[in-house]
Amino acid sequence: MKELDELNLPGNLGYTDDHEWAQITGKTVRIGVSDYAQDQLGDIVFVELPAVGDSFGKGDEFGTLESVKAVSELYMPMSGEVVAVNTALMDSPELINQDPYDAAWIIEIKPSDPSEYQQLHKAAAYLDLLKG
Amino acid sequence: MRYLPHTPEEIASMLATIGTKSLDGLFDSVPADCRMTDPWPLPAPKSEWELNDHLGQLAGTMRLGPNAKVLVGAGSYHHYIPETVRNLAGRSEFLTAYTPYQPELAQGTLQGIFEYQTLTARLLGMDVVNASMYDGASALAEALLMGLRIAKKKRTVAVSKAIHPHYRAAARAYLAPAAYEVIELEVLANGRTDLSGLANRDDIAAVALQSPNFFGVIEDLETASAAIHDAGALCITCFTEPLAYGLLKNPGQCGADIVCGEGQSFGISRSYGGPGLGMFGCKQAFTRNLPGRLVGETKDLEGRRGYVLTLATREQHIRREKATSNICSNQGICAMTAGMYMASLGGTGIRQLARLNYDKTQYLKEALIKAGATIPFAGPVFNEFVAEFPQDFRPAHARLLAKDIVAGLELSALYPQMAGRYLFCVTETIDKQTLDTIAAEVRA
Repeated sequence: MKELDELNLPGNLGYTDDHEWAQITGKTVRIGVSDYAQDQLGDIVFVELPAVGDSFGKGDEFGTLESVKAVSELYMPMSGEVVAVNTALMDSPELINQDPYDAAWIIEIKPSDPSEYQQLHKAAAYLDLLKG
Repeated sequence: MRYLPHTPEEIASMLATIGTKSLDGLFDSVPADCRMTDPWPLPAPKSEWELNDHLGQLAGTMRLGPNAKVLVGAGSYHHYIPETVRNLAGRSEFLTAYTPYQPELAQGTLQGIFEYQTLTARLLGMDVVNASMYDGASALAEALLMGLRIAKKKRTVAVSKAIHPHYRAAARAYLAPAAYEVIELEVLANGRTDLSGLANRDDIAAVALQSPNFFGVIEDLETASAAIHDAGALCITCFTEPLAYGLLKNPGQCGADIVCGEGQSFGISRSYGGPGLGMFGCKQAFTRNLPGRLVGETKDLEGRRGYVLTLATREQHIRREKATSNICSNQGICAMTAGMYMASLGGTGIRQLARLNYDKTQYLKEALIKAGATIPFAGPVFNEFVAEFPQDFRPAHARLLAKDIVAGLELSALYPQMAGRYLFCVTETIDKQTLDTIAAEVRA
């Protein structure tokens, strides 16, 4: 398990209390889980993804991560419609452990209210949250 | 793994460790008026001779002795149990009240269940079969819940009225509290399920059929599964008589997504209705939604073959309220017995036995037709069929009962509109003479 100060928490992302991250990429938003989440879960063996076209509200459950020892639900950091899912994760869920950002994004959404991004934690605030 | 109760020394040592003087001291916190003080009202112990004699006398008071010819199936089937099965299943390593799953010390049990899963998967044409459910009825209910989980937003399932009425009742009991809707599909004149109502619906998560169905009729599963998939639903097939698949194309080949049913036929005695064995399997794509335990084969650190529970993240101790079912127990000894039965007969033996059941059933069916009976459902059957008689069959039924022959089950209690119709079941345990006697009584 990593020490909190060892966590990789990029500054260009917004974070949730449930350890998801969101990144604005033009008109869409990519969503994944934080370094803290992957580290806590351990080896991830299965990712359950939603279907493209599904719509979710902020805070809704949109998928599941399964590790060798636990199962964790994924919650929407922002509301919107799924426009892409990272199918590479179906065959290689370990990508999330290797680097939970960039290549291990989980879904891409068209946000229904882009301003919701402002409600997410900045990296420093998220780290404070983890430190309790 | 053997289960050994604690010795008095061990109990004394444990009591000393926790600082209690006697076993009763453990229950001090239970109010005295809530405790049982009188001894159990049991008769005095008997010697082995006396006990055998006593049980023999009790058995003699039963209306039907062990030599009775029972032509009633309807979900519970009288089959010959090979001595190999009785002998193996009775071994103390297997026959314990507790099914041990710890891979460190239960490789025998785990491998036995793994073999059961493998044989059942081959029989049913499924990719994955779990370590068993309670019985056929609860397996159907779990299959419908699984269909709803996979479909996510749909809240309706459809079940054929030709599914065993008790199974449908169990499914309703499971689904009602969650406000799921269960619609029932009518039975056609040929005894098969009417699927025409599915054509204009897209809100059904799963459709369940039984084949051979309650009336013994073999459903056209290939056509049915295509129609069910066209309606965007999962195809669930269930069964009460797995022996049928020794002869019939298996449900997997016919397009079923989930298969479930009762495995009592495979080496488990009828025992007045229980325990049963819920067989349950699915296609690979749905494995994550499978309820119940699953044994997998793996290798240990030194590369040796070993067996261990797998995909446990579906289960309640990890997944809490989102578990795929809250059945993490199973019918361990019954599954093991069914595995032993399948292995004892082998693929060829199961085919031959199925053929024997089929042939004997056809013989009785034709004999009854010659004797004046009619067969209301024209669909093909395996080892059960429904017959109707030109005059009241009850007197003939009573005369046959006097000869220790139970000639079929009158259907009015389960299907009121079918009063006077009888469901017959003919297994390998029924000889030709019995079948001829029944036909003769119908003619009389």
